[in-house]
Amino acid sequence: MKKFLLWLDESAKEIFLSIGAVFFLAIKGLHGIFTRPFNPGLILQEAEDIGTRSLFLVNTVALFSGMVLALQGVYTMKRYGAEFYVGSLVSLTLIRELGPVLTAIMVGGRAGSGMAAEIGSMQVTEQIDAMRALGANPIKKLVTPRMLAAMIVLPLLTVSADIVGIFGGLVIALHELPIDTNFYLNTIWTTITMDDFLSGLGKTVFFGFLIALFGCYYGLYTKGGTMGVGRSTTKAVVTISIAVLISDFFLTKLFLIL
Amino acid sequence: MMGIIELKDVCKSFNGLLVHKGINLFIKQGEILSLIGSSGSGKTVLLKEIIGLLRPERGKIFVMGRDVTTLKEKELLEIRRNVGMVFQSSALFDSLTVLENVAYPLKEHLRLSGAEIRERVRERLAMVGLYGIENKMPGELSGGMKKRVALARAIATDPKIILYDEPNTGVDPINARKINEMIVNLRERLGVTSVVVTHDMHSVRAVTDRIAMLYDGKIIAEGSWKDFEESQDPFIREFMRGGAVFAEGG
Repeated sequence: MKKFLLWLDESAKEIFLSIGAVFFLAIKGLHGIFTRPFNPGLILQEAEDIGTRSLFLVNTVALFSGMVLALQGVYTMKRYGAEFYVGSLVSLTLIRELGPVLTAIMVGGRAGSGMAAEIGSMQVTEQIDAMRALGANPIKKLVTPRMLAAMIVLPLLTVSADIVGIFGGLVIALHELPIDTNFYLNTIWTTITMDDFLSGLGKTVFFGFLIALFGCYYGLYTKGGTMGVGRSTTKAVVTISIAVLISDFFLTKLFLIL
Repeated sequence: MMGIIELKDVCKSFNGLLVHKGINLFIKQGEILSLIGSSGSGKTVLLKEIIGLLRPERGKIFVMGRDVTTLKEKELLEIRRNVGMVFQSSALFDSLTVLENVAYPLKEHLRLSGAEIRERVRERLAMVGLYGIENKMPGELSGGMKKRVALARAIATDPKIILYDEPNTGVDPINARKINEMIVNLRERLGVTSVVVTHDMHSVRAVTDRIAMLYDGKIIAEGSWKDFEESQDPFIREFMRGGAVFAEGG
């Protein structure tokens, strides 16, 4: 019993310390965006790494998600005689929900794990210590550019994913139903409002922030050599995925109220 | 008289384990001090405390007259401009070229033009005997070259103090001798104060003015090479003979 209580005490301490460290990093990272020196070169470099290199992955996932949505949509909506409005279903689902969430999870898996691995390797090879010893601020140099780049790039990637996903739905709709492209697009124009579009994109800015925050956090707190880097990478991907899905619920609720 | 580095009753622990149990050490300007001790005795931790990368739980560390244990990260910048550190693993930035690595502290601390930075980098690389490698990546260099690039980076801003964490580990005897010569040269040419953490007793003998031995969280002996050689303390005798128990590590 005593052992269990000790373990509970240690675990609770560790959890609270971790939460504190994440909040500290979030505040310091965001603060860095508004303080000199600004590093446009580093931000562009990170934007390229997070954005351009994730484009193919995100679009491939979006294309097949759009196609599956259309297939399931036609099958389900046929029961109610509404199958011709599959364009509305595909676009609304993608723009409001699936586009932002799938993009965030894909980018989290690719770029978030990359951040944890890169910064984690720097940590275990004393490069972070060297950075501080040479007079640089590791949060300003490593965390802030990644945070800002992810917050800028995620909405752009999501727009691309939405477009490609809707195109995937179109391909299936044309194949499965006696409709033409104009009809499919018209059902979209008449369904989607600016609110749908903005609520979807609004979430992605926050998702970008979460990806960079947890990717960098697990990197900076890596311990235990190369094995530690592996553990940090796994933890980063799992935490990012869970954080995106949980925050999605609350953000959706928030945007519905606003 | 105030030393350029002074440690007073420094205590530090990790996960409840006391690594430093009240360290007192005084280092004079221009002195080369070798810090020796068995693996895990906290030598690297001590160097990191001196440069403010780690904070002790108790005690004071004066570097050039300022207590680094009370300084904020921003205030430590001025100290770090004057203190170079050569890490055990060299700690060169993988994603940057040799030129960018050596230029890193210059860009952080000084306002120099691109041409001035390139010139200073070439000059520092030449001081450590390296030529024409500015555009190479750290991954393309040998262990000895990496150590020397790390040394060039540490001396880029003309520091008054250089901390060396096992500068000869993983380096062949020829390169080890070159590094030893550089440590002495830097003192003779620039008056640099050096603290060298090492297990290489040849290096200790070649470069050192004074040796300090860390054991069980305290400095248990200080003196010249001769003092250590003539010591009757069984632990020191064992260490000087290079006993297998205290072979390597940090």
